[in-house]
Amino acid sequence: MVMSDKTTILLADDDVDYLFQMKLHLQQSGYKVITAESQREAEELLQSVQPDLAIFDLMMETEDSGFILCYKTRRKYPEVPIIIATAVASETGVSFGLNTEEEQRWIKADLYLEKGIRKEQMLTEIKKLLKA
Amino acid sequence: MLVVDDEPGICSGVKRILERFTVSYPFMDEDRGFDVYESYTGEEAIGFIQQSPPDIVLLDNKLPGIQGTEVLDYINKNNRDIIVMIITSYASLELAVKATNQGAYDFIPKPFTPQELKSSMENVTKNIFLRSMTKKLNKEGKEVRFQFLSVLSHELKSPLNAVEGYLQIMQERQAGNNLSDYDQVIDRSLQRIKGMRTLIMDLLDLTRIQSDEKDKQYKQVNLKEVAQGAIESINPYAIQKDVTVELHMDKEVEVYGDPNDMEIVMNNLVSNAVKYNYHGGGVDINIDGDMQGVHIQVRDTGIGMKKEDTARLFKEFVRIKNDQTKNITGSGLGLSIVKKVIDLYDGHIDVESEPEKGSTFTVFLPITKYKSETTTS
Ligand SMILES: Nc1ncnc2c1ncn2[C@@H]1O[C@H](COP(=O)(O)OP(=O)(O)OP(=O)(O)O)[C@@H](O)[C@H]1O
Repeated sequence: MVMSDKTTILLADDDVDYLFQMKLHLQQSGYKVITAESQREAEELLQSVQPDLAIFDLMMETEDSGFILCYKTRRKYPEVPIIIATAVASETGVSFGLNTEEEQRWIKADLYLEKGIRKEQMLTEIKKLLKA
Repeated sequence: MLVVDDEPGICSGVKRILERFTVSYPFMDEDRGFDVYESYTGEEAIGFIQQSPPDIVLLDNKLPGIQGTEVLDYINKNNRDIIVMIITSYASLELAVKATNQGAYDFIPKPFTPQELKSSMENVTKNIFLRSMTKKLNKEGKEVRFQFLSVLSHELKSPLNAVEGYLQIMQERQAGNNLSDYDQVIDRSLQRIKGMRTLIMDLLDLTRIQSDEKDKQYKQVNLKEVAQGAIESINPYAIQKDVTVELHMDKEVEVYGDPNDMEIVMNNLVSNAVKYNYHGGGVDINIDGDMQGVHIQVRDTGIGMKKEDTARLFKEFVRIKNDQTKNITGSGLGLSIVKKVIDLYDGHIDVESEPEKGSTFTVFLPITKYKSETTTS
């Protein structure tokens, strides 16, 4: 299927380098990317834009910024798939507030990813979510 | 576990779902099950909690008599160990978010499926387990490192990811073959590496202050020299930001201690005062001594911070994130280290701050104790 309009991805992360690299990568893969450097910025963007998919960092202004964004997005645009990406180390076995896999399940983000994953893998996941 | 809900259906539902449900966790010796008790009102719930405090309270927000939040308040005051989960309808999610800020552990949106209830109970159980573990480790002095290492790995991984990403961009020649087109990429990589270096330096400070007493070199330390040293090392940055740093001392002030420790305190406070300042701002350092001890005050005309932020400052890895601070590198360790040093000397540190006006950090180090203890070494 040929799409006339590019698929839009909203990317919110307070690590400007991650934001830059991810944006570049997604653009090269043919997506239109809008970025926000904070939860607040993302909320503002969500007022006027409906993305086709959203990727939120977990810890921005507060430890659970990503989750709050998740709720707000869900309420406004129930069909938009959401990925929560974070660099919190899962290896250490310590749970940080809200981010175990179980919690993620009922927080209802569609996917919970570690930031260190390969870019190609991220793309595969995005494609999967957009198709569903 | 105690379920507090005025709808008997919910209570019995929860009971039924959790009756044969157990949680297993690799770190736990055995699976955990649930004993479920019910209360239909907040008053009843408080009575129950007074009698036999449960581990978990599943609390409906809307109750006939006193509200869920009041029960939460009661638990916060009297039984802080109890984990409170709020049951809430989707409509009042915002309220639930607020409740979690007030100390509720989490919330379950209503209506929930058995699977959702089980998932969150599983997670709470793990949390209870981790908490008790942490308490035990805490007693043995191990807790700090347990948490610390996981945050640390996060703090080290982020810049590594960033630099790696940039190197890949260069490797794939994504901006063409002209090296100058990669200036920004190189610049950012260097920035992130610098941030990592700060973190490592802070870590070294941390190990140094926690080193054995015998490695410390206690002597009379001239605070004027320490302050001047601190000003000197921040000077290049201060010039760049056009921040004036002034030292005010009416007399020579000495403190008995390890010079390293004093440098750590002064360097961190002065460098923060410059870092979190406006272009053209000012920093005043006041040092004074009396019979009780030494007073150090570092006052700046910088960006300041909100009251709720000042409360968290001295914890490890706390950085206040907003538009004004986002381009300033730092590990969030500095003030936690300062606090540790000051605690070693039985002193105290306070902060007063107003957003957009500036901050004042005040340190007091008592004198007497150390004078009398020195005779032994
Ligand atoms: N003088 C100040 N004015 C305003 N905010 C401050 C000031 N000093 C500290 N802060 C805030 O407190 C936070 C913690 O400070 P801290 O010194 O612990 O870490 P840092 O500056 O991020 O890193 P580093 O330890 O590498 O200097 C900072 O991120 C900053 O937001």
